[in-house]
Amino acid sequence: MNLSGHRAHASYGAFVVHRLSGLALAVFLPAHFWALGTAIEGAATLDGFLKWTDQPLVKLAEIGLVVLLAAHFAGGVRLLALEFLGWRAWQKTAVAASAGFSLAAGLLFLLNLGL
Amino acid sequence: MSGPLTDAVRSDLRLWLAQRASAAVLAACVVVHLALIIYAVRGGLSAAAILGRTHGSLVWLGFYLVFIAAVAVHAPIGLRQIVREMTGWRGRSLDAVAAVFAALLVVLGVRAVWGLFA
Repeated sequence: MNLSGHRAHASYGAFVVHRLSGLALAVFLPAHFWALGTAIEGAATLDGFLKWTDQPLVKLAEIGLVVLLAAHFAGGVRLLALEFLGWRAWQKTAVAASAGFSLAAGLLFLLNLGL
Repeated sequence: MSGPLTDAVRSDLRLWLAQRASAAVLAACVVVHLALIIYAVRGGLSAAAILGRTHGSLVWLGFYLVFIAAVAVHAPIGLRQIVREMTGWRGRSLDAVAAVFAALLVVLGVRAVWGLFA
């Protein structure tokens, strides 16, 4: 197998993005659930939590998470299409469409934040 | 190769199928979740605005319970696969850790969703 050629392929990039985004989301999820579960004990606690999320770094992390979720979703749909529908001829288009969708979701989130 | 499948191969096959089936459910859930969070952050969020809309909403409670169930299947299988491919860790101890992670997601997820929507 020509590994360097293989790695240069768009599909390898898509594989790495899918794996890293999945890993990051799996690490984030328990913290997300825990924070949400703790914050909703009452309106005051939740307001305190929401105020904490107003910090620029937290907002940046939120945008990153939206992009990661969108990327993992789009890459996953591409994989399901490849495995179950055999859309191999569409590979590069599918990779590009996945990347575009992730970016669009992040930008839409950013616009709606009204920063 | 022919002959009956070993238990380990059969188990891996079941996990592979569960991973794909949960991915299909998650695909639908994530579209709704992304649309909801992009819509919800418009004009800022306040606790009263969030809780006022979510409390007592059984449809959203049902939706997020399905979402959590699918995540609790999908994420531990994915993590188990990454660990198997990148380290030498295999066997029952890895399966047990993946199962504990699944249980953690269910407990924390249901707690959060119940507080928001019930």
